[in-house]
Amino acid sequence: MSSPRILWRKSLNYVMLTLTGVAAFAVVSVLFLILGYLIWNGGTSLSLNFFTQLPKPVGETGGGMANAIVGSLKLLFLAAIMGLPVGLLAGVYLAEFGGKTFSFVVRYTTDLLNGVPSIVIGIFAYSLVVLPVKHFSALAGGVALGIMVIPITVRSTEEFLRAVPGNMREAAMALGASKWKTIATVVLPAASGGILTGMLLALARVAGETAPLLFTAFGNRFWSQGWGQPIASLPVMIYTYAVAPYDDWHRQAWAAGLVLLGLVLVSNLGARFILARTKAV
Amino acid sequence: MEKTTSPTIEHKQRLTISNLNFYYGPKQAVFNLSLKIPTNRVTALIGPSGCGKSTFLRTLNRMNETIRNTRVEGEVLLDGQDIHSLDVVGLRRRVGMVFQRPNPFPKSIYDNVAYGLRINGYKGRLDDLVEHSLRRAALWDEVKDYLKKSAFALSGGQQQRLCIARALAVDPEVLLLDEPCSALDPVTTAKIEELMFQLKDSCTMAIVTHNMQQAARASDFTAFMLDGHLIEHSETSKLFTTPTDPRTEAYITGRFG
Repeated sequence: MSSPRILWRKSLNYVMLTLTGVAAFAVVSVLFLILGYLIWNGGTSLSLNFFTQLPKPVGETGGGMANAIVGSLKLLFLAAIMGLPVGLLAGVYLAEFGGKTFSFVVRYTTDLLNGVPSIVIGIFAYSLVVLPVKHFSALAGGVALGIMVIPITVRSTEEFLRAVPGNMREAAMALGASKWKTIATVVLPAASGGILTGMLLALARVAGETAPLLFTAFGNRFWSQGWGQPIASLPVMIYTYAVAPYDDWHRQAWAAGLVLLGLVLVSNLGARFILARTKAV
Repeated sequence: MEKTTSPTIEHKQRLTISNLNFYYGPKQAVFNLSLKIPTNRVTALIGPSGCGKSTFLRTLNRMNETIRNTRVEGEVLLDGQDIHSLDVVGLRRRVGMVFQRPNPFPKSIYDNVAYGLRINGYKGRLDDLVEHSLRRAALWDEVKDYLKKSAFALSGGQQQRLCIARALAVDPEVLLLDEPCSALDPVTTAKIEELMFQLKDSCTMAIVTHNMQQAARASDFTAFMLDGHLIEHSETSKLFTTPTDPRTEAYITGRFG
């Protein structure tokens, strides 16, 4: 009935549809495979102790990673106060003020910074913060993560500010608002949901970084003695426990992985929630 | 080259524009334009798309300064003072503007109206002024129970009246309207025209419009622009019935534009 050409076209269409569909399915299943594997292996070790107790000395079983959970949060806090303001303001500059040439340079540099391997940023923070005082510190880890937060925040801030319609800026200026007042009272509030989302995603993105923390925050089997002292973090803990020769430690590494992934998923969902709510206004 | 007739009625002038030229980079958009905008009257600016009427309107509150690489020459007097020597914030407070598309802020109805007052550091009772402005924009009865709701919940026509209320809140002497009804339906358009009529006892208005019926209905004076030049300016009734320039006649009878 149909000529071979049409048959060929139809089957090619079918084959390509199947291939793309399988690829799309693979993308989704990778996440669920990881999640399932983590729950399978780490779920059993996940108990209240994991969240409340310190690691047990080598050779003893049990214990938890309370110090690493708090440590990771502390490091993220440092990264947030160091990286987010810079990223936000630079994003505002790019979207609202920047001239052509300099903006191009800034944007390009930001993309490059985003592409710098995290271990290189770790070395940088190491030589900048660790070497002068000759010991590892939470501060150094915060600097490394803070640097990584900047480019992500810059670009997401710029993007969401650009999405604010120009006629809103005009309206504010026509009422006598200066450029900065327009940005502060109209443009930033209008984009606040998106900007906040971008920030949350940036933090979620660096929460799992291990390499830059290995020789900055280093790690700690006890509570950290302060911002200037080594501090434990979930990713480094996972690394240490996973390569150790004890079965109990392996199980705890899985549990830590599960907690870390949970943290990232929750902040992702939170970001989506904020974005959806602000869009509805 | 151009013939400009002044309005025949002797009237106080709020804005006096003399020899205005305006450039976007190397491209000139307004040529040697002189025009008087009388106090507490509505002046309509008509002309085909791209004739420079919006550009001209935006020179009156110096909004064009927000666009890079533009240049203005000539004199615009607001009550005898050159607007280019005034502080731009003070000027825009005295010369308000309503745009083509309703552009409320993503804030509550109340905060939209209060915005101009707040950024100008107004310390009095905001509630009264917000109500007063919404009443002047004939919107109060429709929104008085929803003041805390988002302005985006309003219909297009309500949003445009909200934008008018927002502009009126700082009590401007002049209101510039840049095709305020082009995105609205006929019923809402009629409401806004009626509103302009009521505002005339306290406000001078200049309206850019593509709709010649609107210019004929709602304005006292009409200026016809073509390719950046002012072709004819007279009382609306006169311009639409006995235009002196053949180009005006051609435009209002729909032969081009």
